[in-house]
This record gives sequence, structure tokens and C-alpha cells, in this order.
Amino acid sequence: MDPSKPTSKEQPRIAMAATLFDKLWQEHLVETQPDGTDLIYIDRVFLHERTGSIALSSLQTDAREVFYPQQVFCCMDHIVDTYPERSDDTTMPSGRDFIVATREGAQAAGLTLFDLDDPRQGIVHVVSPEQGIVQPGATLVCPDSHTCTQGALGALAWGIGSSEAEHALVTKTLRVKKPSSMRVRFEGTLPVGVTAKDMILRLIASHGASGGSGHAVEFAGEAVAALSMEGRMTLCNMAVEFSAFTGIIAPDEKTIAYLEGRPYSPSGEFWDAACEYWAGLHSDDTAEFDSEIVIDCSTLEPQVTWGTSPQHSGDISAAVPAAETDDPVDSASRRKALDYMALQAGDAIAGQAIDCAFIGSCTNARISDLRLAAQVLAGRKVKEGIRAICVPGSMLVKAAAEAEGLDKVFRDAGFEWRASGCSMCFFAGGEHFGFQQRVVSTTNRNFESRQGPQTRTHLASPATVAASAVTGVITDPREMLAG
Amino acid sequence: MMDKFTQHRGVTAPILRGNVDTDAIIPSREMKRVSKQGLGEGMFAGWRYTEVGGREVNPDFILNQAEYAGTSILLSGPNFGCGSSREHAVWALKEYGIRAIIAPSFGAIFANNCIRNGLLPLVLNEESVAHLAAWVEQDPVANQVLVDLPAQTVFAGEGGYAFDIDAGAKRMLVEGLDAIALTQTRWEVIEAFHQQRQQRRPWLYC
Repeated sequence: MDPSKPTSKEQPRIAMAATLFDKLWQEHLVETQPDGTDLIYIDRVFLHERTGSIALSSLQTDAREVFYPQQVFCCMDHIVDTYPERSDDTTMPSGRDFIVATREGAQAAGLTLFDLDDPRQGIVHVVSPEQGIVQPGATLVCPDSHTCTQGALGALAWGIGSSEAEHALVTKTLRVKKPSSMRVRFEGTLPVGVTAKDMILRLIASHGASGGSGHAVEFAGEAVAALSMEGRMTLCNMAVEFSAFTGIIAPDEKTIAYLEGRPYSPSGEFWDAACEYWAGLHSDDTAEFDSEIVIDCSTLEPQVTWGTSPQHSGDISAAVPAAETDDPVDSASRRKALDYMALQAGDAIAGQAIDCAFIGSCTNARISDLRLAAQVLAGRKVKEGIRAICVPGSMLVKAAAEAEGLDKVFRDAGFEWRASGCSMCFFAGGEHFGFQQRVVSTTNRNFESRQGPQTRTHLASPATVAASAVTGVITDPREMLAG
Repeated sequence: MMDKFTQHRGVTAPILRGNVDTDAIIPSREMKRVSKQGLGEGMFAGWRYTEVGGREVNPDFILNQAEYAGTSILLSGPNFGCGSSREHAVWALKEYGIRAIIAPSFGAIFANNCIRNGLLPLVLNEESVAHLAAWVEQDPVANQVLVDLPAQTVFAGEGGYAFDIDAGAKRMLVEGLDAIALTQTRWEVIEAFHQQRQQRRPWLYC
């Protein structure tokens, strides 16, 4: 090869040691623009009715067309009801408009739609891996911040706005400035009863909700390798709460085993070719990252948030920390958070009385999450007076749970058992928890009024939520799991 | 054609908290229609009004105070616009009349959304933001901040603060470029890449 000539695209373009992120970026780099931004090819686009509906209607207004509709998928998840007898009419007053606009827009553009009555319907970041739509080495975007969930499969998947969604739909590319790279190594073996949710909350608490800003984060290390694919999705799901561009995990045998036989996964000779390509998708041994963080998981406890940002998080055995730090803006934020949450520095986190427990969302509503919660709930009852709700991440998760009798465990314990959707992960103006109620929740955001008017949300793992539902106070689940 | 941003002078309100999320900027329940319009009234609804869903003005919230009437620049703590990707946050700010936000860092999706709508997300370090806030607070009506994007400088009275901005983002804002139209000028190279991609990774197309 003549080194003075540019390499053709069919030749390996990366000679130097590269990170997984570098490889994924290079694979999709159409060209670098004169202003320094990169034109990145987007393999697949996912839309949902809340923000996707606006992108689709804007395209119609501007008389622009979807370039390659075969690679665009739509879900109804954000504002659909999760009651059994649901329809286009939702508890959110104008919900129907979003549903109808998305359906009409998807049909007009020839997109694949997982509609309300489709047995595959569910939350986009649960449905996409479940169907094998996201794959290692692919780029996938969605106008939803938790698209980073799908990086767990070794894809470059990230959340965008509605305008960028229009751009991706029309041009099959996005204009993006390449982020820096970061590796977060979770080392050691997770103790029993401690989960991926606790790992990511620890990372955000220790390095801040803006700790990953400007970086694509690769999660690596012994504890990540040991996670199930669903645990990895939980980990990557909250990369955005760390302010990262995305989270990614190199594909391995677990990834390949997970994908085999799924509806949109490659099959036959394509399967072999894909597996061969996927095998090269990892950071080279000598690849350098712009920054690195190491977290020891061997002594990790279940984590629970005490404030109104995911960074306001700590060990379940700990006390609520003091508001005052050496940073006046941070101190002001903490004071406001404590006031909002009706907590004081020094209060024990465990033992706080709750009103509600919620198991659901794209973070923690997959079958393994429901199994873990059911393990805690089996033979136990939700404390009287506590409202407890379980919303499976997809209708296929719901069906799988029912096939193994988990729904009975949840119902017998006193949980409401729902159809799939984002549900009360956020308050869209329809169904919600009560004024100033304290909710322990498997979701990803504890922002003010996130789950209803001035609700006080404590983020935690499915095991912690189930244990807390049983006792009526925030509870370390490890004893119940052991017993 | 998007709105251009070159220079802007305006009343500047400090909301000095970290991690002001897009739920706070536009609560989900305020996104009532399949539309980019009608969102300004819902901006900061949880802080601006006394009750969730209500419209009774909360006099304690800075933008409701007389000296901050007509605010068009916000100062805030790190990670402004974190959380949900909802572009409604930007549409709401813009409809209210906000043209620039000055903070030590921004949620990445929010910052992209700003640039695509002619709103400037401007990064200054915490110390500079604190100085600016202190100066504005002395007399919010008289002490208006001037943001000069081509010069990459924030002017406040006697003082000035230089800022960095990505060249691509600057060009989009200054020229008011329609990103889709701009990318469509590269149609041939995209089409070629698309064809080649189908051959290279055929399993994504079966």
C-alpha cells in the first residue's frame, strides 16, 4: 500500500490503536465539514409519539420526505394509557392528538409502527433491543434522551431533538462534533442484591450529573462483563443522567447470544458475517481515552437518591448529607432539593416513610427487573396504604412475565399490574402520583414534579423498590433477597 | 431559514442553580399540542406559577419581578438543560423571548436544540457567571448584558468575557443556516456512502 495515497474505504481505515467509540465513529463518517463538524451516517431512526409526532408533522409542513423509510421505526409509549382497556383516548387531555398524528405521519411516510394494539408495543428502548433493531456497530438515534440505553449492545445510539430527528429522517445523516472519549471501569464483583442501577447511581453521585459532559463513555471492567444484557441496558440508560453523549459497551458472547433469533437480527450467512464484524468491535488494548474513571463495585451498597438530581444519591445505609459544600451554586441547589424533598441533613435515608412504589420505565422494567422484584415480593404483601404499580417495559415483557407467573406474585402482593408504556415515569398531565407524595421508583429522574404535582421521587433499583413497598419505608432489599 | 444570532443586548436574569433540567424549563404537562407553538406560557411553569397547572403568578420567581421584565438572557449554573431531549424547552424559551443562556456547561441535546433554533448556549466558567450575576443584580434594568457572537465576547459594563464556541455552531447561528438544506448540498456523497453501506453491512438492509 502506498502510504502517500488515501486509503480506500474498503481497506481498514484505522491503523493506530483505537477505542470502540473511534471505530464506530469512523465506520459512519461520511465526511468532515469545513467547519469541523462530522457528517455521520445514521443507520436507524426510532420515533415515539411525544416528540416524533412533531418531527413527522414538520416534515409534512416543509414538504420534505423520509430518505429511507425501511430503517425508521415508531413506538407509542410516552402518553398512552397503561390500563388494560386503553384506547387512543388517554388520561392526558390532548394525548389522542399525539397518537393520531404519529400514526398518520408514520403511515404516510411508510414507516414501521408498533401501534397500541401491536403485541410488540412498549417503550422504545425496550422494544428496539427486544426486536433486534439495534445491533452492534450500527448508529441509531431517537428524539428521546434515553436512547443511550441501546449502547449496551455495542451500537452508537444517542438522543437528539425533534429538529435533528427531521435531519436524520431526510438526509440519513447528522452533523455532529465528535465528542471526547471516556472509559468508566467498574471493577470488582457486585455483592448480592446490588445491581446495575446502583452502579450507575454511584457513578453519577461521585462524579456529578455533568461528569460525563462532552464525552462518549465506554463502560468496561469486570462488573460490566458480569452483567446480563438487561443490566447493561440499565447502566447505559442513565449515561444521559451523567450528561454523556452516550454510553457504550463492547459486544461479547452475551450480546451475540442475546441477538440470535430476534426478528430484525441477521440470519443465515448474514448472521455469520455480522458476528465476524462484531468480534472486532472493542477498544484496542493500547487505545487511549481522553479520561478514565474507576469505580470499585466490591463494597457497593444499594443506592437511593435523596434530592432532585440523580447526583443527589448515596448508600442506603447513609444519612442525607449536608447542603453546604465549598461551591455556592451547588449548596444552593442542595438546599432547594432538601426543602423540596422535606428532608434534612443527617436524616437516615433508610426508614423514610413512602406513599407509593413504582416499577417501570426504560431503565428498569425488563423481565430480569421484574424477576428480581418478584423475588422480593414472593409470599409478602405491600404495606397497607401504599400504592404500588408495576408497568412492564413492553407487551412482550408483560407476556413473558405472565407466562412464568410473575404477574400473580405482583398482584398477590398488592401491586397494580399494567399494560406497557412510559406511564408514571413522568407526569404528562394525565395520570400521576399525589401532591407531595413520596415515591420510591425504578425510573431515571427525580426532578421536581416529575411524577406528579410536587412528588418526591427516590430513585432506586427494582429490588429496593419492592422491599420498600413491603415495609412502607425505604428499605435495603438484601435481607429479603437472602431470606 | 433559521433565526440568525449576531449581537444581542438585553435584561439578564440569574437563575443560579446547577442542573436546571428540561422538565423545569417546560414541564411535560405543558406540552399539550403537536406543535412548536404555544409553549412560552409554560416556560418554568413549576417555578413561575403558584400551583402545578395553574397560572397564578409566583412573585418570588425572578422572572416575575418588575426589574427583570423583558428578560432575554439567562445566567445559570452548570449542566443547564440536562434531562429530557424535548426540544419544547428551547421553543418555550424562544417564544418567551430568551435569546441567549450563559452557563458553565449545558446538556448536550439541549445545546444542539438551541443552535438549531437560533438560541445561543454560551459557555463561561462559574467565576465569570458569578461576576456577571453580581453586576446584573446591582441594577437589572440598567445593567444589560451585550452578547457579541462574531466577536465571541460578552460585554457587561466595563468588563468583557471572551467565550469559545464550536466553529460549526457559530456559523449555523450567525448565518441562520437551515441544517437540512445545508446537508442536502452534500447529497452525492451521502448517496454514495449509503450505497456502499448496503454492500458493506448488508444485514442491516435485509
